[in-house]
Amino acid sequence: MLAFVSRRLLATIPVLVMVAVVVFAILRFSPGDPAIIMAGDGATPERIVQIRQTMGLDQPVVKQFFIWGGKLLQGDLGTSLMSGVPVTKLIAQRLEPSLSLAVLTLVFTLLVAIPLGVLAAWRQGKLLDRAVMGFSVLGFSVPVFVTGYLLIWAFAIKLGWFNVQGYTPLEKGFWLFLHRIILPSLALSTVYVALIARITRTSVIEVMGEDFIRTARSKGLGETGVLLGHALRNAAVPIATVVGVGIALLISGVVVTESVFNIPGLGRLVVEAVLARDYPVIQGLTLFFAFVYVFINLVVDCAYTVFDPRIRY
Amino acid sequence: MSMQTPTDAAAQAAADLPGGGTPHITAWRQIRQGLKSWPVMLALVVLAAIVFIALFAPLLGTVDPTLLNPGARLKQPFTDYFLGTDAFGRDVWSRVAYGARISLIAGLGAAVVSVALGLVIGVIAGWFRSLDGPIMRTMDAIMAIPGILLAIALVSVTGASITTVLVAITIPEIPRVVRLVRGQILSVRGEPYVEAALALGTPLPLLLWRHMVPSTIAPLTVQGTYVFASAMLTEAILSFLGAGIPPEIASWGNIMSEGRMYFRMLPGLILFPGLFLSLTVLSVNILGDALRDALDPKMVRRI
Repeated sequence: MLAFVSRRLLATIPVLVMVAVVVFAILRFSPGDPAIIMAGDGATPERIVQIRQTMGLDQPVVKQFFIWGGKLLQGDLGTSLMSGVPVTKLIAQRLEPSLSLAVLTLVFTLLVAIPLGVLAAWRQGKLLDRAVMGFSVLGFSVPVFVTGYLLIWAFAIKLGWFNVQGYTPLEKGFWLFLHRIILPSLALSTVYVALIARITRTSVIEVMGEDFIRTARSKGLGETGVLLGHALRNAAVPIATVVGVGIALLISGVVVTESVFNIPGLGRLVVEAVLARDYPVIQGLTLFFAFVYVFINLVVDCAYTVFDPRIRY
Repeated sequence: MSMQTPTDAAAQAAADLPGGGTPHITAWRQIRQGLKSWPVMLALVVLAAIVFIALFAPLLGTVDPTLLNPGARLKQPFTDYFLGTDAFGRDVWSRVAYGARISLIAGLGAAVVSVALGLVIGVIAGWFRSLDGPIMRTMDAIMAIPGILLAIALVSVTGASITTVLVAITIPEIPRVVRLVRGQILSVRGEPYVEAALALGTPLPLLLWRHMVPSTIAPLTVQGTYVFASAMLTEAILSFLGAGIPPEIASWGNIMSEGRMYFRMLPGLILFPGLFLSLTVLSVNILGDALRDALDPKMVRRI
């Protein structure tokens, strides 16, 4: 197991290096002078020269990449042009709301989507199945900000159950925190529920055709036991894979949801950086999110052994 | 083949295999049957209506979507103005109708370009073994960057214009197409008919084009519809976040972005374009699912 984890960890290095190359290339090989882009409109020539020097843009490209990569290895994601604050510090300041939103959404999604998927598989072709699948297609199609505004309109403006926007930190009290983050999580989870319910249904249906399901039935095991003990258990690996891959959807969703609900997290940081053309922040956050994605999928890979003891590394 | 009945499952299965049977005829038959359910019919009708609105926007009771009318700011819908007016007094129906053009162009453009580029890159990765590793690691890297962030980063360095936004929403879609094509090429490259063609001295471009590319058509068609849907969403999200199509151009995302300030007063500013966007994406997704069920390209994944 340890050997596998270390091997798998080593295998992520090329991907991470390529991510760094891609993110670097986006800035370096885009049309126009990156120093002028970074300086923004109305910058003085002196400012542009200064940026060019501090970023080492007067150096050869390959050298630039290694300087930049070397700083990355030391945990330096760059410094904001607007505030002069290191990007890592900005991330630390804004992490809590985004992390809370993502974790709550993930928990809610798993609690809702997996039972829905199992039920749909159990009633395959019946009304319940079609309703779940219909919801799933709908969940893929309605953008998260439309869902978010619909929820705000219905539950905050019309019914007055929730605040329209905003965020309360966890330290102000759990219930207050929960009350304000429910609507955003609900909005964000629709896509994810759609995705996980669909893969759960497909995987469970696939497993239900196996011989051991027939054996389980013929030994007199009840339908619940077959579904949960045998079908879902064996469908866990593909479900876990999609949960991991779906983290990309979740991260994109966090960016949008935070804008809709005015939550001061990493997503808002990205949008503020775009509007201010604070390029190091955009670059740093893109890298950060990509690394998070790769890391989570690494964890998911390692979790396979828990779900399926047949998998030995 | 003309004697085949829909229940002839074995023949169908044989025809599904790459190069088996007469896939074109069977595929068409399956598509026609798959399209006969009511959700699919409804999706086709909705999509036709949206395309109609986009094509004939000037004839559908619209005014110039950029026309400012300070005397008629923030009018409620279903009054003198069908869908109301926005904060600058611009007619929302006109903006939504013209906005359909942007969304459809974004979806179609991204679908065509990502499928074409993905096909070329995928064939290269699948055939030339030495290039496979570097290409696929690059694709993994692009896939590791969440699509919206990659698009935001691309737009923010290149500046917002329709072209840069199109490029920015297309690039995140390419890796999935590449994976799909590469997998398909790998699975057929060992087939006897490919070896036969090689032994006969078929030139490589012809070999790839005539014997390998056709097996990718079915999965690519399905993947193309998913790209279409996802690109329309990405375009709207970029515009909504203020990193998309320049704000003076009427696009669904821009209407919604500008409507955020006035949501309490006029929820329609977000909900009307949102409804159009959702219906369009929903229809494309339903068509994609129906095509997938009809063609059964097992490799196509939404994610």
